[in-house]
Amino acid sequence: MQNAAIYIDGLTHNHAGEHALRGVSFSVQPGSLFGLIGADGAGKSTLFRILSTLLTPQSGHAEILGLDAHKQSKEIRRIIGYMPQKFSLYGDLTVFENLKFAARIVDINEKELPHTIQDLLAFSRLEPAQNRQAAKLSGGMKQKLALCCAMIRKPSILLLDEPTVGVDPVTRKDFWNMLAQLKARGCTTLVSTPYMDEAELCDQVALVHQGQLIGQGTPQELCAKLPGTLWKIQGYTSLHFAIHATPPQGILCLYPMGGDLHALAPQGMESAEVLSLVQTCCPKATKIQQANVRIEDVLLQALQAAEANS
Amino acid sequence: MNTVFSIQTQGLTKKFGAFVAVDHIDVEVKRGEIYGFLGANGAGKTTAIRMLCGLLQPSSGAGTVAGFDILRETAKIRTRIGYMSQKFSLYPDLDVRENLALYMELYGIPKHSIEDQFTSAVERTGITEILDRRTGELPWGWQQKLSLACATAHIPEILFLDEPTGSVDPLSRRAFWDLIRAEAARGTTIFVTTHYMDEAEYCHRACFLVDGKVADLGTPPELKERHNVASLQEVFLAVAKQARRS
Repeated sequence: MQNAAIYIDGLTHNHAGEHALRGVSFSVQPGSLFGLIGADGAGKSTLFRILSTLLTPQSGHAEILGLDAHKQSKEIRRIIGYMPQKFSLYGDLTVFENLKFAARIVDINEKELPHTIQDLLAFSRLEPAQNRQAAKLSGGMKQKLALCCAMIRKPSILLLDEPTVGVDPVTRKDFWNMLAQLKARGCTTLVSTPYMDEAELCDQVALVHQGQLIGQGTPQELCAKLPGTLWKIQGYTSLHFAIHATPPQGILCLYPMGGDLHALAPQGMESAEVLSLVQTCCPKATKIQQANVRIEDVLLQALQAAEANS
Repeated sequence: MNTVFSIQTQGLTKKFGAFVAVDHIDVEVKRGEIYGFLGANGAGKTTAIRMLCGLLQPSSGAGTVAGFDILRETAKIRTRIGYMSQKFSLYPDLDVRENLALYMELYGIPKHSIEDQFTSAVERTGITEILDRRTGELPWGWQQKLSLACATAHIPEILFLDEPTGSVDPLSRRAFWDLIRAEAARGTTIFVTTHYMDEAEYCHRACFLVDGKVADLGTPPELKERHNVASLQEVFLAVAKQARRS
């Protein structure tokens, strides 16, 4: 499709050892930050492997900037930066040497190299650590270095498969500031994440479940589409609530959210009624108010609904 | 033996050369408590856990775990604790039954109670239906449950969980926490590190480590009130501002 940075149509892949995709279609607009969320084993990594030309899909079509992911893999590899879930850095090499190595593999202009590396070091704020061995970096610094390695060729498309797993909240914030800067420079990013606060920073979010897309939109659109009214219930202790307990009759979903409990109830139900229903399983619940819907609520509702249907 | 505290340390310190990874921490974890141990990457959490588990000799300070001295009685400590991390070590070519049996043997569970404890671990973690599956081919969520079964089959007094929910979706993380709560309800003390601050809210008390020192400690409501914020995520960001080292 013209104009899309990434275009995927009816992508299907079902192979032992890979998580299956069953007819996935979507497109990513140039210069946008597109998030993929979903359960473990939903097929997100398989999608990344196809887009990065490491895997040939059994059927369907994937394009990056108009190039066919299957037939034009060489050209595609020149324009993408890919950070797999299990990236490899060389522990014995320093930060600087890792970048230099990554650059030599992709054969970038030797003259520009020092400048490019300095740029990336400044951008990632890894400058003070440039002579430290990669093995001696903290978890968050390793993720930043891996991102820099993926960016060494100044790709116009970044494919990031769960780049912030195991990273603390402060470093995650830094990392997403880096992604925002890249977006400002016009870079298109497809990123998967298990952190729902990160999904909210994306322009578009797609929900993947068992190899299929079960929702897509801006975070605001997805939140607005939640089927019902969301209530926040306090005064109970989240230590005593089990997610797989069946919600009381009349309540659509009930789950712990941080220190509170969230209840999704049909539109129009009064707060007093919601509270009394919730009290049948959580007697200590005392305080109720309408809650702001967030992407975490959207995904939980979608996953619980999908589980109930299967 | 101390009947109130499962873990107690005084001035626990670990230095690597001039670098002080863990700096005089005093920790008291009550029996049956879910204790969150939080901090940035590199704050010293894993080093502290390794000392508590008897895998690393402290540079100075003292402590007891399950009533045993962490300097001199590490062998006794190891039989009374369970440990599980995100990078759990299961044998991918063994089936689920074999993995669990292997762990039980390693923990030295007496022969006469092996069968009962095996059944109990399988039921508690809900892995009956996958017992004959090859471990390597299982989805991550199942491996995580098996891992928990392996870490708890010997009925440890204290369960150490070092980032147990790495890359897991919100629904599966909540399901995993149901299992953790059930363990705690049986009287097991839970010492857990996580980067998901919503999970920290499920702890009875949370301890924030900054640059190897205890920077704050309290119940989730206390912590939020003290920092005048609505979530532990914001507490984390506030506390982490004190950090000097990277």
